[in-house]
Parts: sequence; C-alpha cells; structure tokens
Amino acid sequence: MDLYEHMGKDLFRAHGMQTPRGIVVFSSADAASATDELGGRSVIKIQVQVGGRGKGGGVELCDTPEAAAAAADRMLRSDFKGFPVTRVLVEELLPIAREFYTSLLLDRARGDYLAMMTAEGGVDIEELARTRPEAIRRVHIDPMLGLRAYHVRELIGTLPVEAWEGAADALRKMYELLVERDATLVEVNPLVLLEDDRVVALDAKVTIDDNALWRHPDIAELAEQFPIDEVEARAKEKGLQYVKLDGDVGIIGNGAGLVMSTLDVVAQAGARAANFLDVGGGASADQMATSLEVVLSDPAVKVVLVNIFGGITRCDLVAQGILEALERIEARVPIVVRLDGTNAEDGRRILADAAHPNIVPAANMLEAAEEAADLAGANL
Amino acid sequence: MSILVDERTTLVVQGITGNEGTFHTLRNREYGTNVVAGVTPGKGGQDVQGIPVFDTVARAVAETGADTSMIFVPPRFAAEAILEAADAGVGLVVCITEGIPVRDMANVHSYLEASKTRLVGPNCPGVISPGAANVGIIPGEICTPGAVGLVSRSGTLVYQIVHELTQRGIGQSTCVGMGGDPIHGIGFVEALKLFQADAATELIVLTGEIGGDDEERAAAFIAEEATKPVVGYIAGFEAPPGKRMGHAGAIVTGSSGTAAAKAEALEAVGAAVARNPTQVADLVAERLG
Repeated sequence: MDLYEHMGKDLFRAHGMQTPRGIVVFSSADAASATDELGGRSVIKIQVQVGGRGKGGGVELCDTPEAAAAAADRMLRSDFKGFPVTRVLVEELLPIAREFYTSLLLDRARGDYLAMMTAEGGVDIEELARTRPEAIRRVHIDPMLGLRAYHVRELIGTLPVEAWEGAADALRKMYELLVERDATLVEVNPLVLLEDDRVVALDAKVTIDDNALWRHPDIAELAEQFPIDEVEARAKEKGLQYVKLDGDVGIIGNGAGLVMSTLDVVAQAGARAANFLDVGGGASADQMATSLEVVLSDPAVKVVLVNIFGGITRCDLVAQGILEALERIEARVPIVVRLDGTNAEDGRRILADAAHPNIVPAANMLEAAEEAADLAGANL
Repeated sequence: MSILVDERTTLVVQGITGNEGTFHTLRNREYGTNVVAGVTPGKGGQDVQGIPVFDTVARAVAETGADTSMIFVPPRFAAEAILEAADAGVGLVVCITEGIPVRDMANVHSYLEASKTRLVGPNCPGVISPGAANVGIIPGEICTPGAVGLVSRSGTLVYQIVHELTQRGIGQSTCVGMGGDPIHGIGFVEALKLFQADAATELIVLTGEIGGDDEERAAAFIAEEATKPVVGYIAGFEAPPGKRMGHAGAIVTGSSGTAAAKAEALEAVGAAVARNPTQVADLVAERLG
C-alpha cells in the first residue's frame, strides 16, 4: 500500500524524525488559512499515490495566502497522472542549505534490504544513477543483523560533515520504521540540511507490504482515505482483482500470469481489453458469478472472455457460477468461455446442457481470443 | 532423471490437517509421491488416511526420514514453518502458501543462505517430475514424462504451457512453479543451472512476466553458461504500466521491467521467445526435431 506523503510523514514523526510543520487541507480556502497559520508563506503539495510531482506541477511555492489558495484550487480541480486529487499538504517554508537523497527498500534480487544515500539530492536522481552511479552510496543490510553503525558511516560519507549527525539519526529512524511497520520502501527526496544544521525530511514516500497489514491495523485503516473506483471496490470486497482499461473485451481469468497472457493474446487477435479481473485460486461459483457481474457492469464491454485453467479452481464450479450470474443479471453481450484443467469436462458439459444463447464455448485459448475479437468487432 | 523431486523423494506435509493440506497431500500421494509424514502442532499421534501426523518437523524427520517438505500453513505462520523445516535438516522445502509478509521472507532468506536447505516458493504451485513425483498443486494429469524442463513465475501459466506441450506429445522432465513473491527461493538462474546439469532435460522453457529483473538475470546466465536450448515466454505486453512511487526501485535494477525489455534480453542471448503459450509448444517442437 502506497501512502500519501502526509501519512508517511506522520509515521516519520512517530519514529522521531524531523519534518516541516504541515497541514492537510481539502479546499482552497483552507489552504489560505493554513498558509496564514504557517507564517504567510507555504509550499502546496498534491497528495497522490504516485511519484513525479515535482516535475509534473504537483508542488508549488507560495508567497502569500492568496497564492496558496490559487495553487490549491488549481491542484484540486484536476487529476494528477490519472489519479484524482482530493487533498493537498500545506507546509512551512524552511531555510534550506543543501539537498540530499536517501532511501531504504527491499531488494528483490538479493532478498535483503538496500540503503542508498547521496549528497546530490533533487528530482534527477535516476539520471545521476545512470551517469555517475558511484555518486550514490549503497549498502546492503542483512535483515537478521539490521542497520549497523558502519553501514551508517558509509552511507553518510558523501554528505557535508555538518549534516552527518542529523543524517545518521534519520537513517536509523527510517530503518526502525521499515522494520517495525513492514515497509518495503522508505524514500526521502530530498532530505535537507537547514541553515541551522538541522536535517529534515522534506518528502516521504512510504510503501507498506499489503501482506503485513494485519500487523498494523492503524495503517490498514488509512486505505479508506484513498479514492477508489466503485466497481473496483466491489471486486476487492469479494477478494477479486479488477482493473479498468480502455478497449471493449471484458476479461476474466484465474491467476495473474494467465490473465496477462490473455490480454496479450486478445491484442494479438486485434481487439483490446475493456477491463480484466483475476478470480484468483480456488474460485467458487459465487465468486465467479460476482466476477461476471463486475465485468458486465462496465458499459464499454462488448464481449466477455472467460479463460480458466483450473488447478485449485474447479471448472464445474466456474460453469455453475457463470449460469448463476446469468440468472441474476441480464447478459447484454456474448460470453466466450474457455475451460481447461481440473473438472473441465464437467464444466463444459454443464454449459452445453444449459445451452444459454449468450454463451459461446471455445476449445482453447487462442480460439477463445479470436472469437472474442471477432464478436467485439461485429458489435461495434 | 529430473530435478528437485523424483521417486526417491520422501515428503512431509506441514499443515496436513487443513482442508487444502489434506486434499493436495492425498492427490500427491495418489500421483505416486511417497508421503511419509504430516505435521500439525497439537495433532501429533493422529493420522491422515494412514499418514502419521507429528507435532514438529524435527519429530517427523527423526521418525520417518523425510527429506522434502511441502507447506500449506496459513501466511502468518508460514515463514516460521520454513525455518522449522530448514532447522530439521529437510533438504527441499516447497511452500505453497500465498500472502506471507515480505519482511518475514527476508529473514527466512537470510537464514537459508547459510543452510543447505533449498526453497521453492512461496506463493507457488510446487514442483512435478511427471511420472515420478508431484509435490504441490499442479494437476498431474496435464503432465507427461519427457525431456523439457519448465520453470515459471506464474502458476496458471505453468498449467497452460504444460497443457500445450502435452497436447503436442511433448513431455517434461520437471516443471517448477517458482512463485511470484518479491522474495522467493529458487529462481530462473538456479532452475536453469539444475536443468543444465540434468541428463534427462534436453530443452528448457522459461516463463516470465512483467516486473522485477529475474528474466534479465536469467538472460545473463544463459549467455554465460547454458548450452541447452532455451524457449522463453513473457506475459504482460498489454498489461497497464504500474504506477511508481519513488525512484529507488529503478535505481536498483536499472531495468524497465517491461515484457518487451525482458523478451529482448532473452532474444539477445539466443533464446527463442514465443508471443503466446501455443507458440511455446511450436518453438519447442521445432527445436526438439
């Protein structure tokens, strides 16, 4: 789960890190009064679950409360990279002497944690990583040993001496947060040295492991604050993974790999997916019925392709689920069904016996994709 | 011959008394896997259709000599179960459980590096050596013995591609579902090494997907060490680009993680890369002659 910056900073403060004073607001009027409260000047920052705000117009320095209101108004009126904006963070302006970059993250390839720090902070950190990788200090941390003093000494090495104490302290607290709160990413860009030698986290990108949210009910609760599509919310409630796209074939499959493969094959057949839904492993008839309802609720869908390869999932239950769904809702489009694997024979027989006019059986995945593409084209 | 599991495998199942644990244990036994023990804390002394249940893996190993463990315990306890199996000296652990916190897996990974125990998974369908042993949830009936070694990140794509191969009359030496979690046991490189050394394997099929850089590292290994032909397949050309929070991930891998980049990396080292699962079987058939 990707946290908003202000949520990440709440965690930072809870772990004793220094951050600017800030106020979250939902309206331009509140942005003005917050700016007033912070001394008449502020920085306004869009709160979204995606990066690239600095370059993309999601951060603005404001010299007056009126300017803050105008900036907040502009930000709250539009999406940012396709993400709805419901709130902005209003923060005090601080006298910055230097900007650094630091992050702690899970290193998938090595199966450990990686800490990075460089004195050359700012938005072009990826460019720096490409052109002068040696400018970024990197330390791998064995999770059983944790962050050691020598790791910290290595990491802060490129920073000016007056920042060492503050940066070392920030690193230790970031690591503590990473471990105690099951984060997979804690990134601060920039971490700044102020003119009075304090080291402050000006930004916060924190990602919490979804699989560990049961250990952190306070963080899990934050999910309610993220805007979510109504259809996606309904799917999620039933443990189904639903994603909206912009074509016209609705896709249901089991397992992320098979679903992705189905998207590819449909594209190769000349059509595009309107959405896709992963029913996961061991889908029941009820889940299957809900899946079909969810996918059909998208008006862009001109044909549905159900592609199931049963392992844990039983194809007879999938077939029953499809028929149940067709009793609950009126199917306005054809449904191409491909079943293979566990109890596939039974599943195919159940569908054949029902002889529902909307169901189009397919013998294999390629045939199913071609059939769906043809039907989508014919329905245009 | 095969890799990881065969007719000599002696299996202990952790979480044998749960619904899925029991169901798949019995399916594996029916397939011919030598299931010698089960473990469920508090149920030692009971049995599951003749398979003795113990309270600890150490007890199960001491009494039955089990050398491989399959894990079906809930995600909150699964990392502990892997450690317990490793500590009991089990050589291979196949963890089916989905949803284990990654921090728990990071600790497990660190511990296993210093042990002799190999891990497959978690969040994987397991390993099958057709005709010899099935450890996991891959439907045995879609496989047939032969000379193709298969390793896949995705579970259902294992089924799809094995099915395509079997329908074309092409058998498999071993199929490994390595699992899709960020921190996992055996990856492409280790599977490629094992298949490369396995006399029964003539060709290797590698099934990847978007994200991470496992496929890119596999390509580097193929360039340096693999002499057997490799056929690749990457899912996710049409998958919507994921949102990105920070820069850290891109700094680490230097890879875009896209399907196109992965396919290119494999093709650049001489692997044939199929565009759909059916084409995998076509390319394999051409290369096996």
